[in-house]
Amino acid sequence: MTEVRRGPGQVGASPTGAGKGGRGERRMVEPDRPRSYYGRSVIKEPVWSWEIPTYFFVGGLSGGSAVLALLADVSGRPEVARRAWPVSLASAAVSPALLISDLGRPERFYNMLRVAKATSPMSTGTWILTGLSGSNVVATANSLFGWFPRLGPFSKLSAALLGPLLSTYTAVLIADTAVPVWHEARRELPFVFAASSAASAGAAAALLSPRSQAGLGRRLAILGAAGETAASRLMERRLGTLAAPYRTGTAGRLSKLATGMTIAGAGILAVAGRRRPAGRVGGSLLVLAGAATERWSIFKAGFQSARDPQQTVGPQRERLANS
Amino acid sequence: MQLTLHRSAAPYPPERQRPRVGFFTDTSICIGCKACEVACKEWNNVPADDCGFSGDSYDNTLALGADTWRHVAFIEQRRPLGLREEPGTSLVQEAAAGQLGADGELPVHEDAGFRWLMSSDVCKHCTEAACLEVCPTGSLFRTEFGTVVVQEDVCNGCGYCIPACPFGVIDQRKDDGRAWKCTLCYDRLRDDMEPACAQACPTKSIQFGELEELRARAERRVEQLRGAGEPGAQLYGADPQNGVGGTGAFFLLLDEPETYGLPPDPVDTTRDLTEIWQTAALAGAMLVAGSVLALIGSRR
Ligand code: SF4
Ligand code: SF4
Repeated sequence: MTEVRRGPGQVGASPTGAGKGGRGERRMVEPDRPRSYYGRSVIKEPVWSWEIPTYFFVGGLSGGSAVLALLADVSGRPEVARRAWPVSLASAAVSPALLISDLGRPERFYNMLRVAKATSPMSTGTWILTGLSGSNVVATANSLFGWFPRLGPFSKLSAALLGPLLSTYTAVLIADTAVPVWHEARRELPFVFAASSAASAGAAAALLSPRSQAGLGRRLAILGAAGETAASRLMERRLGTLAAPYRTGTAGRLSKLATGMTIAGAGILAVAGRRRPAGRVGGSLLVLAGAATERWSIFKAGFQSARDPQQTVGPQRERLANS
Repeated sequence: MQLTLHRSAAPYPPERQRPRVGFFTDTSICIGCKACEVACKEWNNVPADDCGFSGDSYDNTLALGADTWRHVAFIEQRRPLGLREEPGTSLVQEAAAGQLGADGELPVHEDAGFRWLMSSDVCKHCTEAACLEVCPTGSLFRTEFGTVVVQEDVCNGCGYCIPACPFGVIDQRKDDGRAWKCTLCYDRLRDDMEPACAQACPTKSIQFGELEELRARAERRVEQLRGAGEPGAQLYGADPQNGVGGTGAFFLLLDEPETYGLPPDPVDTTRDLTEIWQTAALAGAMLVAGSVLALIGSRR
């Protein structure tokens, strides 16, 4: 992002208020350029740190794996199920640690569990994660050791139903903020997250399953990777000028890297994933890394978007002009 | 289905509900003395912010934040002298100014005029407050006065309220981890006192009172200013039809909101939450469908 130090808006003959640096879209009519207060952001940047994008990835992996595990169970792929359930459980289990460590007051995390609030996706998400973790303990014990013969199937079903929600609610959470690049992508973000979760779950299963049953995970990884790439492209296209963070700075670099790894991983899985173990392992790892990087890129884009006053003011001005 | 929880500014039973109060900040008479900033810090025991010298006019606190609950903005603007704006009334003045210019004493040109805008910003105490709606602990709550307050003994520093606020008001205090903002002096309200900033303001630029009454007063004031030849005078936030259902603290501005660092059309994003969840449900269904598709295509 070109940093241009701007004076506050000026009235009169020459609106010199807010020249946006040369990049970006050029507007046709000069006076429509949004102004700002000394180039300072209008909204606040988030205060979240590395734990949050890590959780986006890990939570997605957990949710996607729960769905995959149930399908593996019902389609008679015990070797896949015996891996996907523990993957889902383990990633659900590290999630609270990540979330609590990001809190400003970690010792008060339980205040989240005293409230259930429909207007707060974070509250809803806390309960989705709690429900999925609980179901998953039973499901995994059932899958690995045959414990809970009666409760097992129910728990598996409940985990597989909560899984897609765990994968997508994090998109709801960030879309429900004033950060333009997140809120204005509210129609696409859940699809990016869902596809990315499918890719992660598939890749993890392909990585861990014996060759004879690795086909399911491999296919899901390829399908998910394709969906992830398509959905994020669509998101950027629909964002128009607001997609600028995905082209510049850290988010821009991460976005390119994510796309590259995801496409390369899926390609390797498609071409060499069936026959060669090296292809399967390498392709799966790339898809996993691509999915994690994609979440990082989206996370970072939010900061860049919040920092830029034009991202906030521009669309609002357009809305006012069109209303 | 719409999510209607916490959407009212008057959620209490009648015997506990008090009239909704707020601020009308009339920036046209602000003199930039920062008495409000100081009074707020003193009364609420707000820590010092590490402000140095910014060079941005007289503004060194720069923005609202965890440790700045009133923020006075200073905007310097070049302005035409106005000689050409009112033809007929100022021919003599124009000639005189032209003569001064010709004498070389005073360079007079179209941009020679100057005006200074000052405005004391504060939390808007929105009718539909995004910060309050997204808070997962219930730490942010609606008081009986219709204001929005953080309960610091409940806040666990999750940080969700911070990017949710469309005005960039609330922020995290780094060494403390929790979120802080203006309380509209909740403690003083309960003792029937006006907030510290309003009491300290020497020009009555900050006016405290019942919201209905303030809105009526502000309408009159804006008409008066427009009549007096201030076409840029406008109310900001007072309209209950705006994207946050009207704000409890609203402003009379002399220029566009973004000039003061305010969003021109802020929206409580929770308004879109139902739609976002529907999208997420659809995306979740696609995840399941994709997994089934992968299953169908694969051999055992
Ligand atoms: S201005 Fe921001 S912090 Fe204040 S009530 Fe509205 S949303 Fe909350
Ligand atoms: S940081 Fe505190 S006040 Fe803000 S949303 Fe989280 S718990 Fe609520």
